[in-house]
Amino acid sequence: MKEQLIQRYSAPERINHWVVAVCFVLLAISGLAFFYPAFFWLTGVFGTPQLARIVHPFVGVVMFLAFARQFFRYWHHNLITPEDVKWMKSVKEVMKGNEVGDIGKYNGGQKGMFWLMCACMAVLLVSGLIAWRQYFAGYFPIPVVRLALLAHASAAVALIAGIIVHVYAALWVKGTIRAMVEGVVTHAWAKKHHPRWYREMTGKKS
Amino acid sequence: MALQSLDILRRSATPTATPQARTPVEVAKLIDVSTCIGCKACQVACSEWNDIREEVGSCVGVYDNPVDLTAQAWTVMRFAETEENGKLEWLIRKDGCMHCADPGCLKACPSPGAIIQYKNGIVDFHQENCIGCGYCVAGCPFNVPRLSPADNKAYKCSLCSDRVAVGQEPACVKTCPTGAIQFGSKEDMKEVASVRIADLKNRGYQNAGLYDPEGVGGTHVMYVLHHADKPELYSNLPKDPAISATVSLWKGLLKPLATLGIAAAGLFGFFHYITVGPNRPDEDHEETRK
Ligand code: SF4
Repeated sequence: MKEQLIQRYSAPERINHWVVAVCFVLLAISGLAFFYPAFFWLTGVFGTPQLARIVHPFVGVVMFLAFARQFFRYWHHNLITPEDVKWMKSVKEVMKGNEVGDIGKYNGGQKGMFWLMCACMAVLLVSGLIAWRQYFAGYFPIPVVRLALLAHASAAVALIAGIIVHVYAALWVKGTIRAMVEGVVTHAWAKKHHPRWYREMTGKKS
Repeated sequence: MALQSLDILRRSATPTATPQARTPVEVAKLIDVSTCIGCKACQVACSEWNDIREEVGSCVGVYDNPVDLTAQAWTVMRFAETEENGKLEWLIRKDGCMHCADPGCLKACPSPGAIIQYKNGIVDFHQENCIGCGYCVAGCPFNVPRLSPADNKAYKCSLCSDRVAVGQEPACVKTCPTGAIQFGSKEDMKEVASVRIADLKNRGYQNAGLYDPEGVGGTHVMYVLHHADKPELYSNLPKDPAISATVSLWKGLLKPLATLGIAAAGLFGFFHYITVGPNRPDEDHEETRK
């Protein structure tokens, strides 16, 4: 039988996602290098440590802009509903592979992740600009720059941990990666993980 | 390369031990504010020896010139007028790196070997390793390091580590016409200071004292102040300088927390996968599990 597919992400959405993802990887590599002396060698990925320092904030701006585009694409899909609260409360059950609730396009975990990423990105942008020595840090009092550096590192750690969970979830739930690579998911995938979205997309009773 | 390569107490962003075979004496520069006449010979000597030239500025109505430390001006005289004991006092302080025993710049620096603290107490910037992030600026409790707009490297007073390494005193010390700047072992400098302080007390400066702030573990540039109880009078010399709690959190507690958080996320994923296994849609989930 031929596979039955549903379009989940359009080509522009996928490109947008991967722009953010590539920026994230570059930023995480250089950021971790600046944070942990033992990882300083990772700056070599950029050629020299100086180049890593120069490139990091510009990539950050690109990531922020690309993420902002995603924010306007998806925020209305990510408003938390009582169904999501139910999902979050039974996250243990979910982890065992048992679906909980009548999930729409995104489940409670994905929505939580969305808002965590939004918060981290906002903090990273503001603190990153304040700490950007070459252009902006000179306009701020030193105690403010210190706070910005602390906030930047903290938000980055939260985002990195969050992205690990995000990537793992995609690896764990088979058929998910395809949504962001080819843009499609199978009917079975949609029916199992996002039943309400499945009904909306197909008009079927499930 | 560090000049005194066997006398390194700390090296920025280097968690393992530094070469410490030698144990040189701890040195200090003593600046007696009460005998300084504000002639700026030390500024000139610094500029000469280190071969740095700040651009000629314009008069801004006070004697301060250049008005601030820059990548080309590692020491500047700061002039303050205040009224103490019913008299006008003109307090002149030679500002520059304090060569802290617990240097905030070094703590903040992410680049291995860009900041070196020698065992003799000198904190030196090695610009060839500097990446230009400016973290040292945020780390320093005295607002000393300056990024050069020309090359994006941080600069500050080196306490003439090159001169000291070959047994000479810093250029500013050598040139000071009144003997207001002295250089020697930290112990000796404390003694010189105590004699001077006793003298000042005799002459009515009840609060004369030595500025060697505890909060940064003491410094290797010390001041004799007539008003040691009010260091802020001297163009805002901080009263209790210490590495800011924000910097300590960032460079301290946050690291193990971050390691824990990131490792937890990764390990959780790994063990979840090898125990619970992948989550497949029902139709290709035919294999039976008991
Ligand atoms: S005064 Fe500032 S630049 Fe000098 S050693 Fe102390 S922290 Fe470093």
